Amino acid sequence: MTKSKSGTLRDLLPALPLAALFLVGFVLPLTVLGALSFFQSPEFTELGFDQYRRFADDGLAFSILADTLLIGAEVATLSLCLAYPLGLVYLAAGPRLRTILTFLIMLPLLTSTVVRTFAWIVILGREGIVNSIMQALGIWDQPARLIYTWGGLILALTQIQLPLMALPLINSLIRLDPTLPKAAEGLGASRVRVFFTVILPLTRPGAVAGWLLVFAAASTAFITQSLIGGGRIILMPLYIYQQAVGEQAWPFAAALSLIFTAAVIAVVVAVDRLGKDRTAARTARLKAEAAPAASADAGIAAMVSLKPEQADIGRPNA
Amino acid sequence: MERAHGHRLTLTGIEHHFGATRALEAISLDVAPGEFVALLGPSGCGKTTLLQIIGGFIVPDAGAVQLDGRHVEAVPANRRGVGMVFQSYALFPHLSVFENVAYGLKARGERRERVAAKVAEMLALVQMQHFADRRPAELSGGQQQRVALARALAVEPAVILLDEPFSALDKNLRLDMQIEIKRLLNGYGVTSIMVTHDQEEALSMADRVVVMNHGRIEQIDTPEALYDRPASLFVNQFIGHANLIGGTISSTGDIRLSAGYDLVLSPRQSAAAQPGSRVLVSLRPENLKLVPTATPGALQARLTAVLPLGGTEVIEAELASGETVKIHRSRTAQSDRPRPGAAVGLAITDLSSIGVFPAPPT
Ligand SMILES: Nc1ncnc2c1ncn2[C@@H]1O[C@H](COP(=O)(O)OP(=O)(O)OP(=O)(O)O)[C@@H](O)[C@H]1O
Ligand SMILES: [Mg+2]
Repeated sequence: MTKSKSGTLRDLLPALPLAALFLVGFVLPLTVLGALSFFQSPEFTELGFDQYRRFADDGLAFSILADTLLIGAEVATLSLCLAYPLGLVYLAAGPRLRTILTFLIMLPLLTSTVVRTFAWIVILGREGIVNSIMQALGIWDQPARLIYTWGGLILALTQIQLPLMALPLINSLIRLDPTLPKAAEGLGASRVRVFFTVILPLTRPGAVAGWLLVFAAASTAFITQSLIGGGRIILMPLYIYQQAVGEQAWPFAAALSLIFTAAVIAVVVAVDRLGKDRTAARTARLKAEAAPAASADAGIAAMVSLKPEQADIGRPNA
Repeated sequence: MERAHGHRLTLTGIEHHFGATRALEAISLDVAPGEFVALLGPSGCGKTTLLQIIGGFIVPDAGAVQLDGRHVEAVPANRRGVGMVFQSYALFPHLSVFENVAYGLKARGERRERVAAKVAEMLALVQMQHFADRRPAELSGGQQQRVALARALAVEPAVILLDEPFSALDKNLRLDMQIEIKRLLNGYGVTSIMVTHDQEEALSMADRVVVMNHGRIEQIDTPEALYDRPASLFVNQFIGHANLIGGTISSTGDIRLSAGYDLVLSPRQSAAAQPGSRVLVSLRPENLKLVPTATPGALQARLTAVLPLGGTEVIEAELASGETVKIHRSRTAQSDRPRPGAAVGLAITDLSSIGVFPAPPT
């Protein structure tokens, strides 16, 4: 099982270009930002923790961060609610309709975010499509404000990020053994019950992956947030931009960037944990039951989440 | 024997198409309460489709499905009360054995104590009570199958359907499970329908066997009757081994074999055929015995192979007409070992168990 050192190194060689890109494009800027954030003032004279102290004391910055994470979570959750019906339609569809659906789902990915955002401005604007139709039908007697609102932003972000949710979820759904929902139905479960007790738990990995992708994309979507928010809704990306470019407060902007990145990563890690916890804990418990003496190992097994079939139990008892 | 859980299932004129393919045609079947019926037939003959129609997963194009006389064609699977054990068992991988068996009971809104009691009863029935906390992935194939059976029986279905229940098991375990499940279902008295394409499985487990071919029922009968009195050439060939020998009906109604032998048959056996028409005569391997060539009326043949199979041996011989036949006989230590190439005589032990079928047009 043990490989020679040179062999391991050679195996890693093909990953080098990507590693270099990662270093230059991600680690380096973050390090620079980190360094910047420890200057006391925009004049880069003294070192200190003033920028972080300022964030802690500044209620506005904190509420912007909270709003940003909230909009990410709301968009991700709305996407999830829309993607499940879409996924179920996809499952029930024949091969022809599936091809069409795949294309429709991928389509938004093939157009630029700017284009898609402007499309939403056209739809939601004061003289936009929705307002024109509602007024023409006489349902609204004056234009409603749809754009530059929280709801409008959520709607636009959801549409734009939906593919990130739909693709992993559909991937999970088509891997689901189709006899399982059938078996559940045969046992007397209603369609709704089958969904919540069989389909949902068994596609959780796809749902969690999609939720995280949409959460990360929506909470950091500078262009859409700025254009649909129109300066009336200020979220972290725009706030950081204003601080850096508008106020020339580079150290504060750097501190905000790091705090924001850390917050997004924290949510991602926490939600990802949530998606796995139960399985790992269960495996650990079973291992502990099977071999009480090796319960210390069981804890480790839980941490690395051993596959159940690797557990040395469950052989025929005959 | 207890028959308390059995219900009557009646199928009348079932027909079903998938696009242009006719999967089922004119299927009528009456299953008595507590009876164990096997659906047997080659791949693609429509067994699974029929099972899904009974289970309510497919609505047939035409025909009636009745449970205890009540029409259920329009009742969806989740309200039909027919239990199904899937070929892959379809246990819920994210639920424990207990939760799997409890699933149907909870779906019906049973009270907790009642669920726990019923699950315990079912797990005891299939002897899985010590595995209640395991996940399906932590069980062997045979154990998974028993859980699947317990899960299906827990909701007290009117009929239980088993789709190739043993095909995922290895050979040794399969025989054990066949005996086990037969005992369980019999003891429980539930009406059962099993799909299989293994004739031995069908013959050994079922009270009656439905032989299907190309979406039609060829014959419904007890295992013994299917073997002894197959209604068609297809059934004759599908069940057990058949030596088929060509012949012609003579003017007196007897059969003249191309191998040079006249068979005098009872009217029942030859009634269907017109004088002069060509027929196939089926001789089971046990119905032939080796005799000295000089025996009066013996078929003349030449031995081509002898295969000892433990307690029995299979002998292959070529008739004068060039047709080959297989002969089964029990082997004793003393029995002289015939050599391939030797000339032998063949005699028919029991004339009444010969099958005669019209020869298919060539
Ligand atoms: N969903 C479907 N769509 C189209 N054709 C189907 C479908 N299901 C079955 N068929 C066709 O209907 C016929 C009967 O299929 P069925 O699955 O009932 O056969 P089977 O007897 O169960 O075969 P096997 O022993 O291989 O499982 C086959 O010709 C099959 O190709
Ligand atoms: Mg089948």
